Amino acid sequence: MKRFSELIQQLETSNKTNDKIAALVDYFSNADDRDKTYVIAMFTGKKPKRPVNTALLRSWATELSGIPPWLFQESYSSVGDLSETIALVLPPPEKVTDRKLHEWITDLARLNGKSDEEKKAFILDAWNSLDTPQRFIFNKLISGNFRIGVSHKMLVNALAKQSDTDSNKIMHSIMGKWQPEEITYDALIEGAHVNTDNSWPYPFCLAYALEMQPEDLGSVADWQAEWKWDGIRGQIVKRNGELFIWSRGEELVTDQFPELHFLKDELEDGTVLDGEILSVKNGNVQVFSILQQRLNRKTINKAQLNDAPVGFYIYDLLELGTADIRNKPMVERRALLEQIVSKLQTKDVAILSPVIAFDSWETLTEIRQHSRDMNSEGIMLKRLDSTYHSGRKRGDWWKWKINPYTVDTVLIYAQKGSGRRANFYTDYTFAVRDGEKLITVAKAYSGLTDKEIKEVDAFVKRNAVEKFGPVRTVKPELVFEIAFEGIAESKRHKAGLALRFPRILRWRKDKKAEEINTLEDLRQLLNSTLS
Amino acid sequence: MSLIKFTNKGIYCEQGGFYIDPWQPVDLAVTTHGHADHVKWGNKAYLCHDLTRPILNQRLGPDLVIETLPYNKQVTINGVNLSLFPAGHVIGSSQIRLEYKGEICVVSGDYKVEYDGISTAFEPVKCHTFVSESTFGLPIYKWQPQELIFKQIQNWVSDNHDKGKTSVLVAYSLGKAQRLIKNLADYCQIYVHNSIANLNEGFIKAGVDLPETTRITPELKKEMLQQGIVIVPPAMAEGKWIKTLQQAATGVCSGWMQVRAGRRWRSADAGFALSDHADWPGLLDAIKATEAEKVFVTHGFTATFSKYLNEIGIAAEEVKTQYGNEEEEEPVPTTTEAI
Repeated sequence: MKRFSELIQQLETSNKTNDKIAALVDYFSNADDRDKTYVIAMFTGKKPKRPVNTALLRSWATELSGIPPWLFQESYSSVGDLSETIALVLPPPEKVTDRKLHEWITDLARLNGKSDEEKKAFILDAWNSLDTPQRFIFNKLISGNFRIGVSHKMLVNALAKQSDTDSNKIMHSIMGKWQPEEITYDALIEGAHVNTDNSWPYPFCLAYALEMQPEDLGSVADWQAEWKWDGIRGQIVKRNGELFIWSRGEELVTDQFPELHFLKDELEDGTVLDGEILSVKNGNVQVFSILQQRLNRKTINKAQLNDAPVGFYIYDLLELGTADIRNKPMVERRALLEQIVSKLQTKDVAILSPVIAFDSWETLTEIRQHSRDMNSEGIMLKRLDSTYHSGRKRGDWWKWKINPYTVDTVLIYAQKGSGRRANFYTDYTFAVRDGEKLITVAKAYSGLTDKEIKEVDAFVKRNAVEKFGPVRTVKPELVFEIAFEGIAESKRHKAGLALRFPRILRWRKDKKAEEINTLEDLRQLLNSTLS
Repeated sequence: MSLIKFTNKGIYCEQGGFYIDPWQPVDLAVTTHGHADHVKWGNKAYLCHDLTRPILNQRLGPDLVIETLPYNKQVTINGVNLSLFPAGHVIGSSQIRLEYKGEICVVSGDYKVEYDGISTAFEPVKCHTFVSESTFGLPIYKWQPQELIFKQIQNWVSDNHDKGKTSVLVAYSLGKAQRLIKNLADYCQIYVHNSIANLNEGFIKAGVDLPETTRITPELKKEMLQQGIVIVPPAMAEGKWIKTLQQAATGVCSGWMQVRAGRRWRSADAGFALSDHADWPGLLDAIKATEAEKVFVTHGFTATFSKYLNEIGIAAEEVKTQYGNEEEEEPVPTTTEAI
């Protein structure tokens, strides 16, 4: 575990991608072979069943460190990470151990089903054998939430470099179905498991945001335009009589969308579709907040099926008759896709994402202005001769989003951040005016530069009016323009509405608190999106 | 009647008619140490430890009226007996002991209990009232012995050297810089930024046994720096100059580096939890050793720390002061004009 703990420290103490990749390559070249697959599983978000719940860990750590629970909570608020807080508050270890990472993971898995006393004895003994950095790792192994700034892509690149293998192949292999205890590192890199696995999806082809003028893309004849839909990007895989629905987060979401299960009977084996899962009512795409009612539910009732029916707007065809056709030009893939969709018996549920006809960039610019009328976020531009890339590649696909909604608000509460910002007031709550009162409408954590954060932090420290635990009420003085992607009714919020993806667009130092927007402004906007 | 009052100008001793570490100009400012949050410009006179004098002259100007005292020597001001005891925070840092009609009060400024090899070691002083900082007043802050940290720094430097990188340690120019120099000078050549070199000159003149270092000048060859250790204050850490070095690797030396979030926030290549403040056990031990009946908790985790002291049977109260931003000692842009 020491070697893995070193890797984590190396990854955390550099902000340069090349250094991180070098550290990963070094690790995968030298680490214990059985540890490696567990590390890949961890970095790709494969979570084992949590053997001990957080509340127990917390109470044991509090007990062992001899501090009152409220002080543990204060420490946790300051550190921002439970595993780390526990590692830091515990008394120093009295023993040492050189057990391997995979041995720890295996032992933790065996704790499932044991009594609390047995679990406690094991955990306390582990804490007493590990130094602070290793304790942190150990606690992370229990919770399974390992986020240490290694993106999927970075891991894939490191593995590709280490094994001298094509990165697309690696991406395939690690995205498929495998268990770290059942596969060797070499077999995983080889991808021996993916051919026999019916479910594996392809890496999604992603687009960059268009930052130039569309005119700079050249002739309109080379481009296809579609609406950019605001739902869940999904991949539907039909192989050997089985149907799988993958979300972009590489999660299998098949059970969540029974409306799409007819495709199991209607698609040929060896067919893979890329598209958007949307809520569609009477042929109209609904706003994201409607679809949201259907997400992450274990069971779905009739009312939900009725209120938020789901459809699939198909963008692309990746596999046809078991053949990977991603290298065919898009225009050919689209033609093949049209044939497949036309053969479907069930109409109007899985449909082609419509292509927008346009003859000049001016026309398209004009059409784009109406994106919100159909609950779209803007326009996607795809080069007609483009292949279906793995991941993000600049040049062939562009998302040309419409500008977000904005609202001017005033800062009224601040709280210290967690993670990298644990010692600064970085989490803000913003309000709009409602008559004489201020009413909160958004919380936002991002959008300011480090320098601005320090400025706001200093303001909060000097202008804190009241304390509620970690929250400070501040003089309503600083005005921020908040950008957001959507607005929805909400019973949970005092304002009666909630903003989607709110973030700080800019600090309006030029504006006074009297000049902010009103709740009525937002209500009007809400009504306009629902009609 | 209490010996000290917390006023909007700073900590006031009414009987003696002087202030301790005031943040607004007063007639007599008794000064615990030379960090910018504890000593401001504009006081008519200053009273501090002998070794704090060169710092004040360096930072506030040569024409100040400064009286100095060694540790453990008593003077009487308007009937109040005043003496200085080592606080172990930085060179010259002192706890101010006040005694009046049998009542004893100690204002500790900033302190640490571990001996750092260069500042006179902290000495607990028995008193009725104790004023304590709480910069690291949470149980997550438990320092490793400094020998271990210096070992880690040496390993890091040697690793950088192998990779052709220049090791740049980021440390406050007063305190942390001298501590690093004292403990690393035998290991390799040390190159320091102007602000540190200036302070060092003052200390050496005042008789501090500080190893020799090299001032960084534009003429100095960058390849030379790669052979040793470079020490710069925080304001320089993200500046342009660092980028002109051959592959600089920056290592921030600060207690905040104890927590991963602190390390990432500073976007340094390495963080070393080396602090000039007492850690959690250090604060508790120091306070218990004073046997004080009443503890006033100034800057840091004031609310949490005083609540805990009360729970373990030590009467404590949090006090709002303007201490606690040592970084202001460095020329960073002030944050108020913009607001």
